[in-house]
Amino acid sequence: MARVIVDVLPKAEILDPQGQAVARAMGRLGVDGVADVRQGKHFELEVDDTVDDAALERIAGSLLANPVIEEWVVRRVQ
Amino acid sequence: MSRIGVITFPGTLDDVDAARAVRYAGGEPVGLWHDDADLRGVDAVVVPGGFSYGDYLRAGAIAARSPVMGPVVEAGRAGMPVLGICNGFQILCEAGLLPGALVRNHGLRFVCREVGLRVEADTAWTSSFTVGQHIRVPLKSGEGRYVADEATLDALEGEGRVVFRYTEPAPNGALRDIAGISSADGRVVGLMPHPEHAIDALTGPGTDGLGLFTSVLSRFTAAA
Repeated sequence: MARVIVDVLPKAEILDPQGQAVARAMGRLGVDGVADVRQGKHFELEVDDTVDDAALERIAGSLLANPVIEEWVVRRVQ
Repeated sequence: MSRIGVITFPGTLDDVDAARAVRYAGGEPVGLWHDDADLRGVDAVVVPGGFSYGDYLRAGAIAARSPVMGPVVEAGRAGMPVLGICNGFQILCEAGLLPGALVRNHGLRFVCREVGLRVEADTAWTSSFTVGQHIRVPLKSGEGRYVADEATLDALEGEGRVVFRYTEPAPNGALRDIAGISSADGRVVGLMPHPEHAIDALTGPGTDGLGLFTSVLSRFTAAA
């Protein structure tokens, strides 16, 4: 078994109103200096040895992320 | 009588109204279930609105990969008329039948009100209208902001595939005020507003929405 992390974020050119709302709320905590926030998704997968990198890329690029609006990074952590 | 499939996914809300709209227009609605492996011989398919699979992952993402969508995508690519309304539009984009994506409204608020639309293309689902006609139908969505890259938007406009445009600045921030688009052959159409809620003056803003359903049915009558 291996643990795989997939992080998904909206593409830079896609408006992220949720991230902007979060950024504005940070000011209310008294923390200034946060210039930008982008909100995405974090997936943790437990996979067995039959799941190769190509399969992980297919999972990430055709289900976990929508390539029209999102970018993603796949990492094996153990 | 022409048979129009209406798909129900777990979390679909507007299948009953979509079936009713098909009946009002003179067709026979045929219920399809998300787990069906075939389309029961229908002549066209409506993918209705709602919150399929609770909008988990992304709106429409899970539904787009459900068993019934395999034959819908295949039939849609082969020329069967398919209409996606609201969540159905999101599902057709996620399934790759239509380009682009629907994302969170720019104001972060769910928008629920009547909107004006301009019909901009003659498609399988708009032939009962004249190009340039204004219609009024309800819009009710939180993730209705149509986005695509500039090249895709230019191609849609150039090929006459922007089917509906908001007559006011898009209440969800949709790029170029796009409310609905079609496939290259004009048979697959998706839109965020709800024509199936505007088929009877008793329960909606008017009857403008009925035109989408009479359009597709007139195709089959003409062919018969």
